[in-house]
Amino acid sequence: MVEVIDRYAVPACAAGGKPDILPLRLTGVSFEAAGHCLLDDISFELERGPLTVILGPNGAGKSLLLKICHGLLAPVRGEVDWQSTSKLLVRSRQAMVFQQPVLLRRSVAANIDYVLRLRGVAKQERRQRIEACLQLAGLAHLERRGARVLSGGERQKLALARAWAVHPEIVFLDEPTANIDPTATLFMESLIRQFSRAGTKVVLTSHDLGQARRLADEVLFLHQGRLLEQAPARQFFDGPENPLARAFIQGELPC
Amino acid sequence: MQGLGGVLQTAVQMMLELDDSLLEIIVLSLRVSLTATVLAAVSGFLLGAVLAVWRFPGRGSILVLLNALMGLPPVVVGLMVYLLLSRAGPLGNLGLLFSESAMIIAQWLLVTPLIAALTQQIVADLMLEYREQLLSLGTSRWTMLQTLLWEGRFSLLTVMLAGFGRAISEVGAVLIVGGNIMHHTRVMTTAIALETSKGNLTIALALGMVLIALACLVNAAVAFSKAYAERAYG
Repeated sequence: MVEVIDRYAVPACAAGGKPDILPLRLTGVSFEAAGHCLLDDISFELERGPLTVILGPNGAGKSLLLKICHGLLAPVRGEVDWQSTSKLLVRSRQAMVFQQPVLLRRSVAANIDYVLRLRGVAKQERRQRIEACLQLAGLAHLERRGARVLSGGERQKLALARAWAVHPEIVFLDEPTANIDPTATLFMESLIRQFSRAGTKVVLTSHDLGQARRLADEVLFLHQGRLLEQAPARQFFDGPENPLARAFIQGELPC
Repeated sequence: MQGLGGVLQTAVQMMLELDDSLLEIIVLSLRVSLTATVLAAVSGFLLGAVLAVWRFPGRGSILVLLNALMGLPPVVVGLMVYLLLSRAGPLGNLGLLFSESAMIIAQWLLVTPLIAALTQQIVADLMLEYREQLLSLGTSRWTMLQTLLWEGRFSLLTVMLAGFGRAISEVGAVLIVGGNIMHHTRVMTTAIALETSKGNLTIALALGMVLIALACLVNAAVAFSKAYAERAYG
């Protein structure tokens, strides 16, 4: 599996000699809906390298924050700045996997082909990337199967493979294992770790402490729309500075 | 007039014998209505999807108008097309009045609002599900429109069937612009109207049954293809 990654997953910055879009910097980002403040004055910077987990209880604003980073939502206040000022480049060098990804009503292979066509990848290379991605995700035997008749775990794997196919510099994963069984979760986590090792910046949201411990190099702890702590994973889990983060780790955070 | 059994017997006999004049009427009916439905699908799918995907001033009014036009009376459409194509009309020099083309134009006008309004609703519903994912994948508005039409293809087939149903069953428009000319513009519905006015109710009813059988056949063929494709692609 690692061999497949090494062969196909060229770190995005090396592909075509394009400039990096990272780091991503958020400054004083706030978001409101129906008079409620859902994100409040969030500032942080994401650099290439460490696998970042945005950790927090349900309703903390993790998915919202991810959508703002990805450019699907605009903040009410604050700035989202990429190193690159080219919107086209920024859009083309990132990908996102949703908690409940929408797969197109066509075959498994055609779902990946769709996104590669959008990025203008040549036919022959599309074929190679589809094969590599499906092999990587363990879906090669389902290549011709309709994507929407797959099981929950297979759908998530396909969504991850589809995101990976475009060789993104950064990939946002919104609780990608929330609805799948433990075996599929472990497989997904192994894929995510390999993507990170291959050079893609991975930003993942989770409320699962076990998963965060297994994957994170760096943790952003979010609670009720506020960023309470950003720290290297070991430091965060060994001794978080914020009392609410400490309570969350100990399973004592009040709802 | 014969009883229902007699009518059924006459209908079956007509279908089995399938004489040249009846075959001519059936073929013309199918040709006119299928062509009009396909043309209306092309324009209606596009119009409906544009209204679902884009937001622009006046969009709400267009939607209200489109929904109102779904119930457009065929006779009114027939009259409008008649005025357009008559010698004194703006398109009179084309010489299309009382021709197959005139009937196709009338049915196309009749069916397009129905297909457009239903398509708008289907694509708008799909937008709720697909919008964020498609934006995330990097689609433009135009690509999103194409993708959503393809994603909704099974529902849109049903919309086409509804359009075909409206086209094949209407009589007012084709009667006015076609003229019900034997061997030229006589279709099933105008033939039924003629036989009824002549008092040949048994033949009129039998023709009606043939018409229903044809509609059922087309519907069954589409329903079968749709079910097969849905099983394969979800």
